[in-house]
Amino acid sequence: MSAPLLPQLPAGPCYGALGRFAGPRELLHACERIRELGFTRWDAHSPFPVHGLDGAMGLRASRLPWIVLTLALSGAAGAMLLQWWVHTQAYPLVISGKPLFSWPAFVPVTFEVGVLFGALGAVFGMFGLNRLPMHHHPLFESSTFERATDDGFFVSIESWDPKFDREATTRLLRDLGALDVELVPSS
Amino acid sequence: MAPTEETPDLDPVRGRAPLILGGHDFPSITRAVCDPLERPTPSGWWLFFLPSLALLSLLGLATGWLFWEGIGIWGLNNPVGWAFDITNFVFWVGIGHAGTLISAILFLLRQRWRTSINRSAEAMTIFAVMCALIFPGIHVGRIWVAYWMLPLPNQMSMCPNFRSPLLWDVFAVSIYGTVSVLFWYVGLVPDLATVRDRARTLLRRRIFGALALGWRGSNRHWQHYERAYLILAGLATPLVLSVHSIVSMDFAVSQLPGWHTTIFPPYFVAGAIFSGFAMVVTLMVITRKAFRMENLITIRHFENMAKIMLVTGTMVGYAYGMEFFIAWYSGNPYEGFAFLNRAFGPYAWAYWIMVSCNVILPQILWWKKARTNLAILFVMSLVVNVGMWFERFVIIVTSLHRDFLPSSWDYYVPTIWEFLALLGSFGLFFTMFCLFVRFLPIVATAEVKAVLPAADPHHGEERVVLDVSKAPVREATT
Repeated sequence: MSAPLLPQLPAGPCYGALGRFAGPRELLHACERIRELGFTRWDAHSPFPVHGLDGAMGLRASRLPWIVLTLALSGAAGAMLLQWWVHTQAYPLVISGKPLFSWPAFVPVTFEVGVLFGALGAVFGMFGLNRLPMHHHPLFESSTFERATDDGFFVSIESWDPKFDREATTRLLRDLGALDVELVPSS
Repeated sequence: MAPTEETPDLDPVRGRAPLILGGHDFPSITRAVCDPLERPTPSGWWLFFLPSLALLSLLGLATGWLFWEGIGIWGLNNPVGWAFDITNFVFWVGIGHAGTLISAILFLLRQRWRTSINRSAEAMTIFAVMCALIFPGIHVGRIWVAYWMLPLPNQMSMCPNFRSPLLWDVFAVSIYGTVSVLFWYVGLVPDLATVRDRARTLLRRRIFGALALGWRGSNRHWQHYERAYLILAGLATPLVLSVHSIVSMDFAVSQLPGWHTTIFPPYFVAGAIFSGFAMVVTLMVITRKAFRMENLITIRHFENMAKIMLVTGTMVGYAYGMEFFIAWYSGNPYEGFAFLNRAFGPYAWAYWIMVSCNVILPQILWWKKARTNLAILFVMSLVVNVGMWFERFVIIVTSLHRDFLPSSWDYYVPTIWEFLALLGSFGLFFTMFCLFVRFLPIVATAEVKAVLPAADPHHGEERVVLDVSKAPVREATT
């Protein structure tokens, strides 16, 4: 695996085909068809998450919860360890006649640090899985793609998909009901 | 029948009243939220920003003199070692809680109306936590050793005591602030990309482009994004409940009558949400009007918030009553005295301001006419925040000023410097909020678009209506 923050795009004459669809329903149906046809290197783009699109695209469940769980448990364990170390090893002081390792009093900080690590894991894990930040991407060169954050519903099929063919894939997107289709240059 | 505010057309997918009025579609929502950011600064904005900035300068004055001279400039005396500083701290942390309730708890409860107000409520949370963190920071007097609150290695053979709720508080509030910022930023990324894609100047494109991280609405990204958002909501929910519980333990774990009670954690959490929603209403009434967002932030949103204020206000009222009951029922003379002293002692004026503002006046919210009248709601939101500030003042000062030893009893009077610091914290809060509404999308457009009927992939399909009267009836056979 190369550096995670750089786009992993093979050089080629074009990045792929981009089709714009009228709405969430059209996008969903197009994605179902494209998955059934066996495409693998493709994506859908929408201004908001479209309900049911993960299933239509055949995406596997996100691995993010495992990252969060691991980090949250490590954070909590680390916090308990820190408090144990402070109060029994480094600064063993008897305060209000409590035992040195008075663990019930250590629960709040343990919990808070567990939440902190879990939240950091959720945010940075999500950005990592999504390979963001990635400020440059061939799709941004498209003239219509800026609508993907406004009211545009797009399907992009990448040119290194084994089933990609300039004419056939462009025609396929049109047949699926794309309002406009373009070939995005590689950049 | 034409759709109006009273009788809107039903959402064709869900069969319920729509959340967004005015016939909005996807691009019109983008425009409604982004246009105000792209226009030249309206003169009305300065009308709010400059007074806020002036108030903020008071904070600089109050803290500057404090750092120079020490906390002797405050009116603190021997039994009353905590007063405005900790009152303000608890007040501001509490304000923040409504933002997290809206963004996390209502998300988990699938309250889809939250989408119109969650962005600004989360921003409010962050600014309130900033205000809150000032006061424990400055009340130590020697601000330059504030880092002693953290468990850092040092040459002094000294480490904070992890058995103390005051240290739990350091962790709880700073982590709460951090998680609130993360949650807010994750929610902002798709909208920052929207602003980036609309940008007409290179500077805007650069700034928002950098902040949007190259977001391109990919569904492979949305999948992880939605999962991250759900997990953050799931983490923020117990976090927000724990934060004010821990704040309440600053008091409840001590031995002082009036503080040492187990009702404190839930009572503080309810009070926090009560005052926080009041602050959301205060801000939203103005913002909605100023940005003409009547169709995105509707009367229904305000009514829902008023209902939450009514519920949490009733919980707070119950806690006031229950404190008195337990003071009597426990048979503990010190506890009994502390509460009689609260209601009829030297600080009775503060106690009755609190009861009037938090328990008596909010009863008006039982009426739908009051809940849907913005003028009444606005006044009520101010009243509730005055009441909730006094609640913390009453709890802190009345319990301290007459402790176990009558010879050390005293009466606390704040000085001008405490008032200036309080006003200055409002200055910080409103300055930050003014900057937020000027430079960032104040409504989560991606989320609002997702609650439009047209966002459902089944919108426009033939609806299967189950009509029992037309179903074939099988004759009973014997």
